[in-house]
Amino acid sequence: MTSSVLEAQKLGRKYGRRWALRDCTIEIPSGHVVGLVGPNGAGKTTLLKLASGQLEATEGAVTVLGDRPAATPARLARIGFVAQDTPVYSGLSIADHLRLGARLNPRWDAAMAQERIARLGLAPDQRAGKLSGGQRAQVALTLGLAKRPELLILDEPVAALDPLARREFMQGLMEATVEHEFSVVLSSHLVSDLERVCDFLVVLVDSRVQVAGETDKLLATHYRLTGPRRDTDRLPADQQVISASHTDRQSTFVVRTDSPIHDPAWTVTQLNLEDLVLAYMDKHTADRRAALEVQR
Amino acid sequence: MIWLTWRQFRGSAAMMAAVLAVLAVVLAVTGPGLASAYSAGIADCSTNNTCDRFYNLFFSQYNLPFMALTFVVLILPALAGLFWGAPLITRELEAGTHLLVWNQSITRGRWLAVKLGLTGLISVVAAGLGGLMVTWWSAPLDESASEGMALMAPLVFSARGIAPMGYAAFAFVLGVTVGILVRRTLPAMAVTLAVFAAIQLALPAMVRPHLMAPVTATFELGPANVDSLNIPREGGSAPQLFLREAVPGKLGSWVLASELLDPSGRVVPGGTGGTGAVINVSSTSGPCSPKSGAGAEDGCMGEVNRLGYRQQVTYQPLERFWLFQWIETGIYALLTIGLTWLSFRWIRRRVS
Repeated sequence: MTSSVLEAQKLGRKYGRRWALRDCTIEIPSGHVVGLVGPNGAGKTTLLKLASGQLEATEGAVTVLGDRPAATPARLARIGFVAQDTPVYSGLSIADHLRLGARLNPRWDAAMAQERIARLGLAPDQRAGKLSGGQRAQVALTLGLAKRPELLILDEPVAALDPLARREFMQGLMEATVEHEFSVVLSSHLVSDLERVCDFLVVLVDSRVQVAGETDKLLATHYRLTGPRRDTDRLPADQQVISASHTDRQSTFVVRTDSPIHDPAWTVTQLNLEDLVLAYMDKHTADRRAALEVQR
Repeated sequence: MIWLTWRQFRGSAAMMAAVLAVLAVVLAVTGPGLASAYSAGIADCSTNNTCDRFYNLFFSQYNLPFMALTFVVLILPALAGLFWGAPLITRELEAGTHLLVWNQSITRGRWLAVKLGLTGLISVVAAGLGGLMVTWWSAPLDESASEGMALMAPLVFSARGIAPMGYAAFAFVLGVTVGILVRRTLPAMAVTLAVFAAIQLALPAMVRPHLMAPVTATFELGPANVDSLNIPREGGSAPQLFLREAVPGKLGSWVLASELLDPSGRVVPGGTGGTGAVINVSSTSGPCSPKSGAGAEDGCMGEVNRLGYRQQVTYQPLERFWLFQWIETGIYALLTIGLTWLSFRWIRRRVS
């Protein structure tokens, strides 16, 4: 499958007079576990809600799994959505939640749901309100998975969890993606959550996609260059500068390039995912500052 | 979805069922006794024509339970609106569980339809059962009630027959709609209560009297419509007459206006409330003079009637009780339908 799971053109959504997302154009290919990273307020939640059909766009269009998301049962069945803070009915037991899923979803996988709950060591008759944050997230994930969607969207599922619970949650998600074929879009403002899970990364800042690509390729084409001070415009044309910082004698660049770097003046280091994302977030603020200065 | 709605609601439903069951048992045990005491008393008083006294005695004996039950039926619809209607959506919004349930393979519209339909139906049934049980139990009291508590009078009318079902349906959907707009439980409950109370007060005051043109009739003055006739002890000033807000021979009517007409057919000011109507009759001699002694009031009343003073009363008669009940229930049903339409519109547009 090479088609895209999620495609947005100039997508925008206004709450009252405030734009939560504006002019967002994005394309996410299918068959990946996609990490959507961005600072708070970048529009991640709004984008995901628009994609899952929970919100209607104020402007632009979004296509999910080749269709406009619409609130029909058949469409809802194809997309799973685990909301921020993984809400569950505190008055209902885990078994009640599974029964709820079974009654409301045509493709419900009861065996899988029960097996997952058993593997997590949770008692089905336990009330969801008594669960820990991590267990609650697991129950919400189970509901999302057992629905057997073609695309599972998770909005900051681990934001409120402790590190151990985060790892267990991500592990559970990984195992499920290996076992059943479906695409995942996962948002977070922490790269470390996504590092081991995602094979595709989208950096969203201020409704704009800063960079999108397969994680391996991104890591293989980004470098940090450290060396004697040099102006940005004296770098080779095939090296796209993402961020630059200078001291009196030294310059540090983060560049993107497909060709290897041979210049002996540079000390070349590989970036990890976190540095890469931070470089793009810096780039956005630097660009904006430059734009403001031009206006003055 | 029906299962989920019932699973979420069964606790409250069971509680309401228990309350209604207790009420039913209490009423079933005491009702027949009340009815037989009433018919025995009527048989007794008919022989010596003292039924007016019996009515007063009987009614004052059961005044407390009568008022309490009327009050229960009056607040049942409000409770449905406050505790079932308002939190129906806001509780989901506050806990975020709407995002869980809306991402199952079910549309928002169907979700709301089932929640609204099932919970609303239970509200209507509960209020309806309560209303009809109390209507049955208090039938003897309604027949002996004084004019302020007449069956057609605003307070009692709203707590009898089928109208409570209309109120309950309206209050419930009002709570849901306000909840969708306000999105938080406590403010939604407060707004629901305020709006419902305002409508419950406004309708009897402004709409109900005009559902049908009221009947206007004139009656001779007598004990049935005259509260008292004061003859000043010191002769000279004119006697004053105080009218009752009652229609002679038409128990249970709702009196909208009760006035005194003078012999030429003009309205005499006063007569109700604190001030008496001044009767233009000699109080120095004749039947209305203080010298007449015992039984003076009756003699004076005869004289006042002879002169041509009459009570003119505007009222809604008891025969219209069921007609008014249906009309009022219909009005509330229409309001309910309107609010339901709004809530479906807003659940798609405004909430996310």
